[in-house]
Amino acid sequence: MKASMFERKIFFKAIGDSFIKLDPRSQFKNPVIFITLLGAVITTIIAFKSSEDLIFDIQIAIWLWFTVLFANFSEAIAEGRGKAQADFLKKAKTNTMARLLKDGKETKINASSLKKNDLVVCETGDMIPGDGEVVEGIATVDESAITGESAPVVRESGGDRSAVTGGTRVLSDRIVIQITSEQGNTFIDRMIHLIEGAKRQKTPNEIALNILLSGLSIILLLTVVTLKGFSDYSSQASGEDLSKIVTVPVLIALLICLIPTTIGGLLSAIGISGMDRLIRKNVIATSGRAVEAAGDIDVLLLDKTGTITLGNRMASELYTAPDVMIDYLAQVAMMASSSDETPEGRSIITLIKNRFEMSLPDLFRQRAKPLPFTAKTKMSGVDFTDLNGVLHRIRKGAFEAIQQYIHELGEKIPQQVQDQAAQISKMGGTPLVVVEDERVLGVIYLKDVVKDGIQERFAELRKMGIKTVMITGDNPLTAAAIAAEAGVDDFISEATPELKLMRIREEQSKGHLIAMTGDGTNDAPALAQADVGVAMNTGTQAAREAGNMVDLDSNPTKLIEIVETGKQILMTRGALTTFSIANDVAKYFAIIPALFATLYLANANVGPLAKLNVMNLHSPQSAILSAVVFNALIIIMLIPLALKGVRYRPIGANALLWRNLLIYGLGGVVAPFFGIKLIDMFLVAARLV
Amino acid sequence: MNKYDFLQIILILGVLIGLAPFLGFYMAKVYEGEKHVLFFLRPIERIIYSFCRIDVKREMNWKEYSKSLIVFNLFGLIFVFLLQITQHTLPFNPEHLPNVPWDLSLNTAISFATNTNWQSYSGEATLSYLTQMLGLCVQNFLSAATGMAVLMALIKGLIRRTTSDIGNFWVDVTRSILYILFPLSIILALALVSQGVVQNFSSYVIATTLEGVKQIIPTGPAASQIAIKQLGTNGGGFFGANSAHPFENPTPFSNFLEMLSILLIPAGLVFTFGKMVKSNRQGIVLFAAKFILLVVALGFALWAEYNVSSQFEGAQWMEGKETRFGITNSIIWSNFTSGASNGSINAAHSSLSPLSGGLAMLNIMLGEIVFGGVGSGLYGMILFVFITVFICGLMVGRTPEYLGKKIEKKEIQMAMLAILLPNAMILIGASLSAVLPHGFQAVLNKGPHGLSEILYAFSSASQNNGSAFAGLGTNTTYYNLFLGLCMLVGRYAVIFPVLSVAGSLAQKKYMPPGFGTFATDTYLFVTILIFVILIVGALTHLPALALGPIVEHLLMLTGKTF
Repeated sequence: MKASMFERKIFFKAIGDSFIKLDPRSQFKNPVIFITLLGAVITTIIAFKSSEDLIFDIQIAIWLWFTVLFANFSEAIAEGRGKAQADFLKKAKTNTMARLLKDGKETKINASSLKKNDLVVCETGDMIPGDGEVVEGIATVDESAITGESAPVVRESGGDRSAVTGGTRVLSDRIVIQITSEQGNTFIDRMIHLIEGAKRQKTPNEIALNILLSGLSIILLLTVVTLKGFSDYSSQASGEDLSKIVTVPVLIALLICLIPTTIGGLLSAIGISGMDRLIRKNVIATSGRAVEAAGDIDVLLLDKTGTITLGNRMASELYTAPDVMIDYLAQVAMMASSSDETPEGRSIITLIKNRFEMSLPDLFRQRAKPLPFTAKTKMSGVDFTDLNGVLHRIRKGAFEAIQQYIHELGEKIPQQVQDQAAQISKMGGTPLVVVEDERVLGVIYLKDVVKDGIQERFAELRKMGIKTVMITGDNPLTAAAIAAEAGVDDFISEATPELKLMRIREEQSKGHLIAMTGDGTNDAPALAQADVGVAMNTGTQAAREAGNMVDLDSNPTKLIEIVETGKQILMTRGALTTFSIANDVAKYFAIIPALFATLYLANANVGPLAKLNVMNLHSPQSAILSAVVFNALIIIMLIPLALKGVRYRPIGANALLWRNLLIYGLGGVVAPFFGIKLIDMFLVAARLV
Repeated sequence: MNKYDFLQIILILGVLIGLAPFLGFYMAKVYEGEKHVLFFLRPIERIIYSFCRIDVKREMNWKEYSKSLIVFNLFGLIFVFLLQITQHTLPFNPEHLPNVPWDLSLNTAISFATNTNWQSYSGEATLSYLTQMLGLCVQNFLSAATGMAVLMALIKGLIRRTTSDIGNFWVDVTRSILYILFPLSIILALALVSQGVVQNFSSYVIATTLEGVKQIIPTGPAASQIAIKQLGTNGGGFFGANSAHPFENPTPFSNFLEMLSILLIPAGLVFTFGKMVKSNRQGIVLFAAKFILLVVALGFALWAEYNVSSQFEGAQWMEGKETRFGITNSIIWSNFTSGASNGSINAAHSSLSPLSGGLAMLNIMLGEIVFGGVGSGLYGMILFVFITVFICGLMVGRTPEYLGKKIEKKEIQMAMLAILLPNAMILIGASLSAVLPHGFQAVLNKGPHGLSEILYAFSSASQNNGSAFAGLGTNTTYYNLFLGLCMLVGRYAVIFPVLSVAGSLAQKKYMPPGFGTFATDTYLFVTILIFVILIVGALTHLPALALGPIVEHLLMLTGKTF
């Protein structure tokens, strides 16, 4: 109910806007519709000043005005949908108070007077006053105001999840934020600008199409103007007075029917609604150019962690050394992880709890001395004194670290464990070796978990002709395994920011168009270099600034939707252009016989050109009026298609071309024959002609 | 039509298809500077360069290329103009023909510089041998070579990457003449002489007929000029009657050779294109598009021409045709010449049935791309390819590209300009002439046929065809100047946009074809290309055609002729 109210509001506002848009200054930007507007004005003047047939001329004038209004309406309704979203965003921008932190003291100031690099404190329930980076603390944040997603997200200092957006609300805990952008230029501000279309510029493709349409319109304008000369000659030659039939309003009607008003009228609605559809998919693009470029992407670079795989590795299996019972390994592994608070550590406890139904005795905690992970040792563990007073030094760590540790104790890792660790690496996992004193007990298999359904998404990308390349800091062996599991086409292992940048430049020099998704600060140069850089909203501010799109859902395979939208915009333009031009065939068959049927009468009542009246239209007037009415109505009928876009299917370019040619080319030739005939029958029945 | 008619059609089309690839591949070698059959002429090429101080290695950007072209063509134009207005005082004028009036001279000079060869004069009654040979015959070579050079520049734009260089105009012109036009002309001229085409410098022969009437029989150096007029899609006849004249085209075999040579180079160049862009298929599809347009029009025209007979109790429709050629050969010629921007004729187009006359007109209106002029027929076609690729690219949701080059604003802008301006000249010129006394007073026939005459003249001039429908007295100052303007626009409003596109394409990167790229070497593409060409042509000209040939045809069905 609410939604339909909403739609209705947009609808009525669009009707009003259609009239406001009659301003010649805004019409001038669209040559085809501008010609139509001029035609409507001239016809109206003639109808009232020097008409031969007032009723007929007025009807033509009215439908020409409708043609212009319908075109304006399509643009207005596309804009209206965007404006409604912008209004929603503006609510999030209500004036908030900020708690400015200066020299350790808090002062309350108005958010609008915040400057770049100011520090502010936000606690439970506070509105974040501006875009910034978390420099201290961790908090859950409600970002529904911009993403529409109600589940809270975690924001913490350091790492890739440090960016916060003004207008979102802290749900728990306390963070200190360093403001990164001036007021008026925040993320939300830019979103509002984009959505409102204030900064909308025509894309290169749209400009090229406009040139094509203008060129066609000029040719057809000449065709119609010069027709007057040919008709005068024929009038003279056949002794038949055509001056009552070939009048200026009729010639204008012919012109408007022939010039591509359908696509001309819907052109800007297609572009606006394309951007709007992207916003509905929670992607904010900084320019329409980037969206259309997305339609041409053929290589996609993705950061592995957090995009292809879940951010954290999970323990998935235990492998024992020779002569070690699996239960024993499980118990020791659990002890080793008991004080490990990392996600990996917790995943080991979870695995053992579930699989072996074990838990640690309370006694253990009292007698264990935790040794946290340090970058130097690359190990963690506990020193545990059992009831007999014997000290057990329990350790777990990366293969290389344990190897060195054991070596110092004068031992070696058994061959079977070495093989097992190598095997795990090959499968794309990370082996953690567990030791008790100098005895190696076995290996824990930490698995990189590939996100659910990611393979299908990559398959879909492949069908669209897009090659996927995974970027990871892992060694080549691990990278290859994950690449195979995720189903990407290629990978770059041991990647550095320079390497990423180099790869993008290399692909670009081969003529490929590159998209890159990333979230970290170290992705920023690559995001900026790529033709389409999609930054995750969870990413750092630097990443969000560098890309030309931000995905509010932080879903790396969102690119599929972005590509689809880019392609849809082009396809809709192409399809409607074809349709518009194909329509002209039928219109000629309606209007030419209507104009010239009386020429070169011999003995009969109808001249030879009446034979071209294949639709058997009632009279010259009804034929001309039907063509004009059809021309106007088709714009209204195609508005939903313009707003929704022609559907893209990844079936290959040639198949797609066939399909669209049949529907919009052949359909465009055939449809108006029926449409014009029906309107003609209606006009006659309603006695309008 | 009997089986010999069909046999002749199959023969000429078959020989054309058989020879075109060989000539095409040979021309590719010529332009790429590779070793070829006539490589022994290299010293001559070098002498020409050193004599004209041409630096072969110096590459030109599109503006320099255009400047060279303007200088070259303008010089030729002025030279032919001066030659005509002073011919009375110059040698090789055995008939002591007077100086040509300035407006006719200007028209003729433009006509031959633009490869149109519109003739408002009758050769034997107006021009001295010197004017014919040093002026017109030379221009026949130069204007043809100009068209070929422009095509080479466009091809270089397509195949080169990130550069502004599109070749050297002087080199392209020199090679076109030395290795292609000149050798072929010599072969054809000798063959024609063997069939009885005249080649001498004698005064006109005066004979006394049986009735005792004195008859002047013009002769002259015809064979050499006819060879290049056919091969270079020039079309300007040595005699006023063009290739209907027995001294220009005496036998069925000479007729066959002359028809074949109308299309030979334009058809061959399509294969040259394929070879040079390193995909013969890309050349073959363009050949297919042109060939289909040609054959369909030819089929319709033959049907229309033979069907006229049924309207007139089975009598053969022979008015305006030479009995030694008959209907079929006249119609083949009319389609070849109108499609190829040649403009020579072996039958009066005005006397064709309304539909086949209209089809010849439509062939011209489509932009002279149904094989079209040497060079110009292919670069004109490629402009339509850009438009087609653009629309198709949009329909599959990808920024359009052709041969790996993105088709963007500049290409569309220039393609539209080049398609728009010649068509605008047809419409404006024909429409004004249909209502202005200067225009319609020249019309000799009444009714829709008169309109066809005007429409044909402006189409022929604006699209650089040069053939005349006849029945229109165009040697007036009004027509000489107006048609002259049309020829200039029709030639240079296409050439300069093409060169500018060549420059813009050369600067682009190459995009490798991907899954989303639709192929331009398929028959689907050929079909769409043909439809785009037909729709642009039909939308622009259908109203005028309806009032000319179409209504005339419908009237003929009721028994009324004009």
